[in-house]
Amino acid sequence: MANTTVDPLLEEIIGPTPGQLLRKRVFGHQGLMIGAVVLVLITLVALFAPQLAPHDPYAQSLVARMKPPVFLGGTWEHPLGTDHLGRDYLSRLIYGARVSLMIGAIAAAISGVIGTAMGVAAGYFGGRVDAVVTFLINVRLAMPVVLVALAVVAILGGSLTVVIMVLGFLLWDRFAVVMRASTRQVREREYVAAARAIGASTPRLLLTEIMPNILNNLIVVVTLEMAHAILLEAALSFLGLGVQPPTPSWGLMVSEGKNMMLFEPWLVLIPGAVLFVMVLAINLMGDGLRDVTAPENRN
Amino acid sequence: MTDTFLDVKGLTIDIPVGGGTLHAVRGIDFELKRGEVLCIVGESGSGKSLTSLALMGLLGRRIKVRAERMDFDGTALLDASPRQMRSLRGARMSMIFQEPMTSLNPAYTIGDQLMEAMLLHRDVSRAEARARAVDLLEKVGITAAASRLGQYPHQLSGGLRQRVMIAMALMCGPELIIADEPTTALDVTIQAQILRLLVDLVREMGMAMILITHDLGVVARVADKVAVMYAGELVETGLAADVFRAPMHPYTRGLLRCIPQPGKSRRGEPLGTIRGIVPSLVGEVSGCVFRTRCDEAVAACRGTIPQHWPGDGHAFRCVHASGARIAEQEGA
Amino acid sequence: MLDAAKTPPALELRNITKTYTVKQGLIGKRRPLTAVRDVSLKLEKGEVLGLVGESGCGKSTLAKILLGLEPPTSGEVLVDGQALGVQDRLALARRIQPIFQDPYSSLNPRKSIADIVSLPLRIHGIGDAASQQKAVRDMLDVVGLPPRVMNTFPSQMSGGQRQRVAIARALIMKPEIVICDEPTSALDVSVQSQILNLLGDLRAEFGLTYLFISHNLAVVEHLATRVAVMYLGRIVEDVSSDDLFDASAHPYTQALLQSVLTPEPGLGVPDTQLGMAYPNPIDPPSGCGFHPRCRHATNLCSAQAPRPVPHRDGHVECHLHDPETAMFGTD
Ligand SMILES: Nc1ncnc2c1ncn2[C@@H]1O[C@H](COP(=O)(O)OP(=O)(O)O)[C@@H](O)[C@H]1O
Ligand SMILES: Nc1ncnc2c1ncn2[C@@H]1O[C@H](COP(=O)(O)OP(=O)(O)O)[C@@H](O)[C@H]1O
Ligand SMILES: [Mg+2]
Ligand SMILES: [Mg+2]
Repeated sequence: MANTTVDPLLEEIIGPTPGQLLRKRVFGHQGLMIGAVVLVLITLVALFAPQLAPHDPYAQSLVARMKPPVFLGGTWEHPLGTDHLGRDYLSRLIYGARVSLMIGAIAAAISGVIGTAMGVAAGYFGGRVDAVVTFLINVRLAMPVVLVALAVVAILGGSLTVVIMVLGFLLWDRFAVVMRASTRQVREREYVAAARAIGASTPRLLLTEIMPNILNNLIVVVTLEMAHAILLEAALSFLGLGVQPPTPSWGLMVSEGKNMMLFEPWLVLIPGAVLFVMVLAINLMGDGLRDVTAPENRN
Repeated sequence: MTDTFLDVKGLTIDIPVGGGTLHAVRGIDFELKRGEVLCIVGESGSGKSLTSLALMGLLGRRIKVRAERMDFDGTALLDASPRQMRSLRGARMSMIFQEPMTSLNPAYTIGDQLMEAMLLHRDVSRAEARARAVDLLEKVGITAAASRLGQYPHQLSGGLRQRVMIAMALMCGPELIIADEPTTALDVTIQAQILRLLVDLVREMGMAMILITHDLGVVARVADKVAVMYAGELVETGLAADVFRAPMHPYTRGLLRCIPQPGKSRRGEPLGTIRGIVPSLVGEVSGCVFRTRCDEAVAACRGTIPQHWPGDGHAFRCVHASGARIAEQEGA
Repeated sequence: MLDAAKTPPALELRNITKTYTVKQGLIGKRRPLTAVRDVSLKLEKGEVLGLVGESGCGKSTLAKILLGLEPPTSGEVLVDGQALGVQDRLALARRIQPIFQDPYSSLNPRKSIADIVSLPLRIHGIGDAASQQKAVRDMLDVVGLPPRVMNTFPSQMSGGQRQRVAIARALIMKPEIVICDEPTSALDVSVQSQILNLLGDLRAEFGLTYLFISHNLAVVEHLATRVAVMYLGRIVEDVSSDDLFDASAHPYTQALLQSVLTPEPGLGVPDTQLGMAYPNPIDPPSGCGFHPRCRHATNLCSAQAPRPVPHRDGHVECHLHDPETAMFGTD
């Protein structure tokens, strides 16, 4: 070790910056890295779907129906086979990644904005604002998500937009709960009082003193709710009330394949497996983020 | 010596950290007789808590503890099996921590937590354990003791919680109490009460106590023996009377100068300070560790540091053999 | 004398009371907790007023009211003779700044030291980025930190260094009054002495007025020119530091003095005779708030609250020292 002459002042600054520390922890965290790599791959696939998909996902071909995938004796023409309408399964899977990611991301964004605004306001202002928000959270928690979503979709009719909106407006509860609790904690820190004593305005306090310090919790909830939304979309589509055919959604693909499940189980297993992998990757990432963003305060 | 019942020689604690080994404690020696109070004093980060946890066998396996000797009443603590250690801990040696709120379990009543150790270690009935708990709570000065048994830790003030911790440490009638900064988190008024209580109990029950603190004011009032610890080494040890009468090591003297004394230190005059902070102990550590902060450092401080014995049992490590020169100047 | 009468005190509290509503337990009912009880206090320009008392007695609450962070339930705060409500928040922030106890929670862990120290300048729109950087560098130098700490983060610093950063932030706008709320209670004695010396030097250099809060009388006494002793929301004694040792009157002040442990071996641990009755602000004792812990307490003390009586150049609230009631107390 470099322990030659010790400059006492130099020694006083201890350790790496929070950024360096975070980088080191991120790259040292296996679960987080695996989750992130898988998710990045899925995202790339979704982005470059037109370039990657070997066929048009909507093109039907009555002569090439229910071709098995290569590993079950199919041909490389349709590596994952075709469905009951003769559409290329791989292409539909690739385009389905777009639908799932879009639903997950937009629904999590909408609910994130709603929940965070409510939670931060309740946590920071307390008193009556807090009472109202807490009441709303309780009301929301008393509603069974799937049933409400089913009812709304049944009334409005299923479409990608409706599903995203319904999920976005239903899944804010965890955001609100977590953000409220973290804001209450951070609000009591003395640096917030110090900034107030300097004369900082409330919006500035919320944005520069509170938000950066609850961001880590927010990111974790975002990942959880993204996975949640993706699974709910699959469930809705499976029940026929989500994304409408012929849009290629993984939930819909499971749903369409379920009639043939006994004879052609791969029709269900393949979209089921990618759904599972994607949700697993998101959750791995969420868990990992929670581990690595634990407050920098050492000692 | 038969009445030396805690004998530690060459205690060394190494912690593997990213990028090397943290030599947190390096070869410290001390011994304790029954009925004695030893104070280990030093700034935070000097390894006091690690030392006490090592004695209790409470350090995780990752942390390497070595010693030439670490005997408790004839039992070699380092060779003891986990079972032997468990039967010692809480029964014959017990510990009081700094933060009574985090060391009491918020989910259990005071009574349950007080009785637990006794039911575990001694063959007693619940009624007997309960009687002892009430007895001890009264002894540590808690009024309406019987009714307190049903209360939870959060219902008590900091001072009361620390008294409960002390009662808990006493449940099995230990021979050694290790108190790690028991009053650092408390108000000065409560600190005086708690220290008084501890000292009285130790005398009355013939126990030995190791009291860890960073405040020489506390040391002066309670210690029989002092061990001044700096960055993992004992730089000065001796009887409290000797060390305070003639502090030899520059660090000890520095610590003494830092304390504001109403009526003694002149108001508004600058207090003594020790510049800088405890150095990092990762990697090879050689020479005197205090040299980076010492006003009397010379080139020789990088080499081997001799030990001096200015009096019977009073020892310090410094290249300057006659620290007394400066001590006298300061006394004047 | 005449002059002193003309210049109003830098800071004055008039009959300040602060009552919080607290809920006890999960289903407990709401009860009032009076943290500060009808306190009047003056902070003269250039003096260091020490405020000392056990935790929970209301010191921080008082500090927050002075800083305008909490509104008092009743009473008024005057800055230079002007009511606090009238003063613009930003103007007030320029004149009064705090330094808090916990160096681990008083700095935003997500911001660099330069950002933290320059925040006041940015909020008040003083200077451009370059001059702000220079001001930060100069201020860090004043508090004894090298310029290279500017790009580091609080987690990379020791407790003492963080407290220096907090001091730099408080002083960068050259305030007149600094409220130090237990600035050294979380630090080692060796670091505490550095910070106390620094605060002393800065006062001389910038002509600051301090309110210095601590639970340790030794620390307060070292810096303060006058000491206010607080117990259960009341200032029970107000005494000049010179009189503190020989002429302080209140039994609680004396207990505080006694409980200071000076490094004198052989003296043993003092017996403060304070007893075990910890004050509970939700359920304060009748009469004099201190009577359950006071060794001189008489029937009168539990029946009637003492009034403030002048003592030396300050005041004390104790029946023992009130000429009208002392005769009842001593028999
Ligand atoms: N579990 C641990 N892992 C890594 N370093 C540790 C651990 N425990 C203590 N240390 C380090 O060892 C040194 C001594 O710590 P400690 O015994 O707690 O000091 P003290 O009680 O004197 O304040 C410090 O530098 C501390 O950071
Ligand atoms: N925001 C609050 N809500 C309810 N009670 C409070 C609040 N702030 C302080 N208190 C209570 O007021 C009393 C005084 O607190 P504080 O001023 O922090 O004391 P000190 O600084 O002297 O330790 C304490 O009993 C505390 O519990
Ligand atoms: Mg410790
Ligand atoms: Mg306080």
